[in-house]
Amino acid sequence: MQPDARFRFENFVVGSANRLAVAAARAVAEAPGSAYNPLFIYSASGLGKTHLASAIGNYARGLQPTLQTEYVTLDDFVEQLHAAISIGQTLSFTQRYSHVDMLLIDDVQFLTGRRETQTEMLRLFNALQGSGRQIVMTSDRPPNEIADVDERLVSRLAGGLIVDIGPPDYETRAAILRNKCDERGVALRPNVLDELAKTEFSNVRELQGALNRVIAQQQLGGPIRTDQVRIVLGEPAPSWRAPTPAKAMGGEYLSFLSDVASVVAQNVEGWRMRISEAIAFWNGEGYRTAVLERALHLKQQPDIEGLLGMYTAAIERLRSLETEVNTLDPALGASEAFRDPERVNEAEDIIRRAQSGEIPPPGPSAAFTRAGYEVSPSNQMAVKAADAVAADPGGKYNPLFIHGPSGTGKTHLANAIGNEIVEASGGAIAVSYVSAGEFIDELIAALQEGTLERWRARYRAAGALIIDDVQFAAGKERTQEELFHVFNVLHGEGKQIVLTSDRGPKELEGLEERLRSRFEGGLVVGIEPPDRTLREKLYARYLSMVEPPPEDGLLAYLSDRPAASVREIIGTVNRLVAAADVAGVALSVALARAELEGVGSAPAPAPANARAMDAFFLDDEKVVWDWPDVAGRAIEEWR
Amino acid sequence: MSLVNYATREITCKIVYYGPGRSGKTTNLHYIYSQVPDDRKGKMVSLATQTDRTLFFDFLPLDLGQISGFTTKFQLYTVPGQVYYQTTRKLVLQGADGVVFVADSQARQLQENIESMQDLHANLGEQGIDARQIPLAIQYNKQDLPSDMILSVPELEDALNFWGAPNFAADALHGHGVFETLRGISESVLKKLSAGAGAR
Repeated sequence: MQPDARFRFENFVVGSANRLAVAAARAVAEAPGSAYNPLFIYSASGLGKTHLASAIGNYARGLQPTLQTEYVTLDDFVEQLHAAISIGQTLSFTQRYSHVDMLLIDDVQFLTGRRETQTEMLRLFNALQGSGRQIVMTSDRPPNEIADVDERLVSRLAGGLIVDIGPPDYETRAAILRNKCDERGVALRPNVLDELAKTEFSNVRELQGALNRVIAQQQLGGPIRTDQVRIVLGEPAPSWRAPTPAKAMGGEYLSFLSDVASVVAQNVEGWRMRISEAIAFWNGEGYRTAVLERALHLKQQPDIEGLLGMYTAAIERLRSLETEVNTLDPALGASEAFRDPERVNEAEDIIRRAQSGEIPPPGPSAAFTRAGYEVSPSNQMAVKAADAVAADPGGKYNPLFIHGPSGTGKTHLANAIGNEIVEASGGAIAVSYVSAGEFIDELIAALQEGTLERWRARYRAAGALIIDDVQFAAGKERTQEELFHVFNVLHGEGKQIVLTSDRGPKELEGLEERLRSRFEGGLVVGIEPPDRTLREKLYARYLSMVEPPPEDGLLAYLSDRPAASVREIIGTVNRLVAAADVAGVALSVALARAELEGVGSAPAPAPANARAMDAFFLDDEKVVWDWPDVAGRAIEEWR
Repeated sequence: MSLVNYATREITCKIVYYGPGRSGKTTNLHYIYSQVPDDRKGKMVSLATQTDRTLFFDFLPLDLGQISGFTTKFQLYTVPGQVYYQTTRKLVLQGADGVVFVADSQARQLQENIESMQDLHANLGEQGIDARQIPLAIQYNKQDLPSDMILSVPELEDALNFWGAPNFAADALHGHGVFETLRGISESVLKKLSAGAGAR
C-alpha cells in the first residue's frame, strides 16, 4: 500500500512540539537508510504520526521515483501475515517486504502479545536493516513501554532515533486552523480563530472537530462572534493533556538529550559525514584512505563530489590493475600499491615491469644469516669461498658450487651469501633465490601457459642467482637447456651464480656435459658432515636453550659422537630433551648415554663415511685440487 | 581532545563547571546525575575532602548514546573552588570544550565571584585560550534565597557578564535551572561542530 498522498510535509504544521520529529522525518526522507534507522515516532493519538510517516514516504518518492515505499498499519500487517500462514506462504510474505526500500509501519503498539508477528518482524527488520533499507514506525508510546514485546525487537525498535510529538502549542494550533480553513475555503473572523486556538486541545483531531462545529454553526446562522465560540463548543470536556515529558522523572534528561540530538543534527557537517562514511567503507574494503582522512581535517568544505569521484576512480583503476597483475603473477598482487589509491602509478609500474619480465624471482630468506652460521674445519672452506663471493659478487668465483650431504647447512650458507650481497650492495643487487625444484615447476607452468618468454626474462633480470639443490635438474633435459641459457646470460653479464647440490658436479649423473663444465668453471667447494669443533659449537648453542641447564659433561659427550648433519644434531638435542621430560629429570650424561646407546633405542647416527662417496673427495685439500684454474689461486690464498 | 572525530564517529564534549567555592558546582552535577536514567548512568567520581568540599574534582561521564550516527559522550567536570587548589583547576580546565561559570548569588559572595571569574580568565589565558572564544554559560545559583540576601540577576550580570554570555538563574539544590544551563552550554559547544574548529 502506498502512503496517503494527501499527507505531505508541506501541509504539516511545524511547531515547537514536533520540530525535532519533523527534522528527523525530513532527514530520513532525504537519505533513506542512512540518517536514522529505524525512525520511531510516538505521540498521543491525533498529533500527526500517520501524517508524518506518510509524508516521509511521499517526499522520499518525490525525490527518488524509483524508491519502493510501503505503508502498512500493524493491523494490516498482522492480517496479511495470518493470511500468508494460512496458505503456507510465510516465506513469500517476508520476501515481499524485504524488497521494499522504505517500510512505514503505523501503530506498532499493537505488537503487544503477538509473538508470531514479533518473530516475523524481527526477521524482517534484520533483513531490511542489513541491506540498508529504511524503516519508519509510529506508536502511541515509546518502544520500551510497549508491553509484552520480545526484548530483541524492543532494542531494534529503539536502535535508531526515537522522537515524540507533543500536543500542539497555541501558535501551532492557530496555524493548523488557518490551514484547515484555507483547505475548505472558509473564512472565519480572525478573533474567532484566535479564540478557538486558545482552547487547549490535546490533539489535532479534537481541534478539527471544534473547527467543524464552528463552521457548521456559521453556515447555519451567519458569521460567528468571538463570544459565541465558547457557547458553540459547549464546555469542552476538560481535555486530557499528556504530562509534559519535562516533569516526569528523567524527563529533564530526555529533553536535554533530544535537544542535543537536534543541535548535533543541525551542526554536523554533511560533507564530513560523507567523507567519514567513505573512509569507513573503503577501509572495510581494504583500501588506504589517507587522502580522505586528510580531507576530513580541512577547515573548509572541499569539492566533495570531485574528491570522492577521483578517489573512486582511482580505486576502480586499482581494481582493474589488480585483476591484471593476478593473471601475471599472483605474488605481485599482494603489493600494498594495489590497495592505495595514492600509489596507482606504482601499481602501474609493477604491472609494466611484470609484463616485461623485469621483476626477478624473489630473494633469499632473511632468516638465514651469515652471523648465524657456525664455522669449523668441516665447512670453513665453503664459508671462506662464500665470504669471498659476498665481498665481490660475480668477480672471484663464478659460479660457486657448494656441495655436501643433506643437512650440513648448504641452504643456510647459500641464503646467507644472498643476504650478504643484498646488504653489501645496499639492495642495489637483486639476488634471486630459487630451489631447482621450484625452477622446474615454474618452467613447466610457463610452458603450459605459454609464458616462457616472460619466465626467461625474469631469471635474466636477476642481479645474482642462487639455485639450491641443483641435483634435481639432473636428467631433465629441458630444464638443463633453460638453465644453460640463464647461466650463460647471467655469467656473461658478470652476475654471480651460486649453486648447491648434495654431491659434486662430477657425481651428478644425468647432467649434461656443457652444464657440468660450466658448474666446474668457478669454484667447487664441499661441506663435510660436522666435525667435532662444529658439533661442539652447535651442541653448545642448542643445549644453551635447554632449561634446566644440562649436566656439564654432556656437551663433551655429545660432541664426541659423530653426526652426519646439523639436522641430526638438532634432532638429538630434541630427543634428549623429550626423554628428560618424560623421565622428569635434568639432562645428564647418563640419560644421554642410556637414550643414545641403550638397547632398543635408535641406532647410533650413521657415521659420516656412510655415504657412497670416495673418501678422497671428503678431504678438503683434495677436493680443492679438483678445481681447475681458479681453484689454484684459491688454495694459494687460503694457505 | 577534539570535540568530534568524524573518522570514528564520536563526539566527546568536555564541560567544566567553574566558580568560587561553595557556589554549587557539585550540586549541579549531582542533580544531573539524579536525572539520568539508570541504564545511561556512568559512575560519578567525586574526590571530596572530609568536610565535603571538592578537593580535586568531580567527574560525571554521560553516555548519550548514538546521536545522528555519532557515539556521543559528555564529560562534566567541576573544579575545586577554593583559591589554594589552583593547580587542580588548571589541570581540569585543559581541553575543555565549554565552561559553565557557577556564580553564588549571595551578596556577600560577590567579591569571590569576581575573583573566580578573573582566575578563570587567567587560567584560560595560560592555555592560550581567549575567554571570549570558548563557549561559556553563566549560572546565577541560589536565586531561591531570600531576596535581601542575594543580588538580582541584572546586578550580577553587571558585575560578572562582560560579554553577554548566556545566563541562567538557578536553584541547583532543587534542580531549577540546572538542565537549562547544561542545555545552553551544550548548544554553544555543539555549534562548533560546523565551524570546523572541532574537527581536528
